[in-house]
Amino acid sequence: MSRTGASGVDFGRRVVVVRPVGRLPVRPAVVCLALGLAALAIGVLALSTGELSIPPADVLRALAGEGSGAYRLVVVEWRLPRVLLALLLGVALGLSGAIFQALTRNPLGSPDVIGFNTGAYTGVLVVTVYVGTGYYLVAAGALVGGLATAAAVYLLAFKRGVQGFRLIIVGIAVSAVLGSVNQWFIIKVNLQAALAAAIWGQGSLNGLGWGQVVPVAIGVGLLCVVLLGYGPRLALLEMGEDAAAALGVRVEATRLAYLIIGVALIAVATAAAGPISFVALAAPQLAQRLTRTPGIALVPSAAMGAFLLTLSDWLAQRAFAPTQLPVGVVTVSVGGLYFGWLLIRQGRAQ
Amino acid sequence: MSLSARDITIGYDRKTISEHLDLDVPEGRFTAIIGPNACGKSTLLRALSRLLKPQAGEVLLDGRDIGSRPAKEVARRLGLLPQSSIAPDGIAVAELVARGRFPHQKLIRQWSAADEAAVVAAMAATGVTELSGELVDTLSGGQRQRVWVAMVLAQQTPIVLLDEPTTFLDIAHQIELLELCVRLNREQGTTMVAVLHDLNQACRYADHVVVMKAGRIVEQGDPRTIVTAELIEGVFGLGCRIIDDPETGTPLVIPRSSIVRLA
Repeated sequence: MSRTGASGVDFGRRVVVVRPVGRLPVRPAVVCLALGLAALAIGVLALSTGELSIPPADVLRALAGEGSGAYRLVVVEWRLPRVLLALLLGVALGLSGAIFQALTRNPLGSPDVIGFNTGAYTGVLVVTVYVGTGYYLVAAGALVGGLATAAAVYLLAFKRGVQGFRLIIVGIAVSAVLGSVNQWFIIKVNLQAALAAAIWGQGSLNGLGWGQVVPVAIGVGLLCVVLLGYGPRLALLEMGEDAAAALGVRVEATRLAYLIIGVALIAVATAAAGPISFVALAAPQLAQRLTRTPGIALVPSAAMGAFLLTLSDWLAQRAFAPTQLPVGVVTVSVGGLYFGWLLIRQGRAQ
Repeated sequence: MSLSARDITIGYDRKTISEHLDLDVPEGRFTAIIGPNACGKSTLLRALSRLLKPQAGEVLLDGRDIGSRPAKEVARRLGLLPQSSIAPDGIAVAELVARGRFPHQKLIRQWSAADEAAVVAAMAATGVTELSGELVDTLSGGQRQRVWVAMVLAQQTPIVLLDEPTTFLDIAHQIELLELCVRLNREQGTTMVAVLHDLNQACRYADHVVVMKAGRIVEQGDPRTIVTAELIEGVFGLGCRIIDDPETGTPLVIPRSSIVRLA
């Protein structure tokens, strides 16, 4: 029989027990809920502000399919896809960062450690130089470049399984090589192609519409379902290979599955919007500090990612309006502030 | 629940540590594996616990190849305390112990009454109930090791393997941990296999001792009959006398000394 109530075991924090389904720690649940509501509130704010100001009440009416046709056009057709993309890509980036930080047991772990973004940039340069420009061509180039790089790093780092530290070192080496390849391309190619690639390299949600929302939603949704299917295995892997294996986790296969999911999540985000830095890096750490979960937790990281990206994208649109900044510029600035805060905090702690 | 190795060859990459090794772990008893450094005792334990796949031969759990059985199914039958595990930052004792229930849980069945009962019992058996809500990072080495043992106990497996469980513990905690193992073995019939460094502790607490040297098993049996000065000298190259432990009557190894202590 299912029973809900406080735990009979002292877990050192407030936990709601729903037998036999699971245990829900109260603090992380409240933080996730608050982050989700904050992200939605920023979303409504983003829907109501712009060249045409629409009162929030009218925004909600337009979302419900009521109100004036002009408002519906602006809110639903023009602004809503961008807000949804910010939420979805924020979730993807937060989850991806959490996976890589847990696997490498390193707070600086991020999808970048496996060289994905540098490789994606190389792919974009190759496509713009040799094939042509256009949103889907560029997205395809980014996907192929990023995935090929990630696969190369994994194989080069493989030695009786993949250790987090080896992955980081090999990832840095491969990224450095590809970084110089990218530089060479930018110097050699014509200005127009270099400019197109550079604009992509900023990472931006400008000009994206429903055509991008649908594939992104399907991709992120499917990956979340797969991730859910793996249950708490990521947390078990964090305890070390032997401990995880002793508890019945197939360490190497599971780690590879998580790497693939993490890379696929960042691939969806990068293909859709270009490289958006720092969200994957900062979201899991900020979420952990707020929720005080043991180790890196997936759901709070996703909620934090969605919050950070919706906030950043709204700032990117409104901070210097009517000039639209690429959201990547804002996330880099936020990342800088985050590192500053981290350094000050650690300095104080010592 | 039987555990045995059949003609296994084990090692890392191209380096072979043991060849054609056979071992039947006695059911319901406390087995200690002893031997000098680098004799392959931990490697054997890793193979028995399917952390290391044998290069040849097979490890049988209940007569079936351990490597071909589902990982979670094996984890419900065989528990292991590895040499090194990492407690995630900020994890509470009960939370860590509860992770031992993973092999019994399903995706939408993560915390049953049986899970809770197992965690409560494991913490009580290891004496960490009072520490339940404390953070593992803040505990002493001895307390931390007891928490890890509690996690293995929460797994509720009929076989428990321990890889050098007493390393890093002071003498009092070593004795406490080994007596806990003996109690579990006697009260619940759990088959215990431990890699131990201290010969006297092995003789005292284990009822079956496996003696290894250079990758081979040179002798095994009841410590009171097999542990002799000749065996210890042959295996460790250490001259010694064997006397009866005045406390338990089990063999006590007294190394010979060439140094005469000045008064």
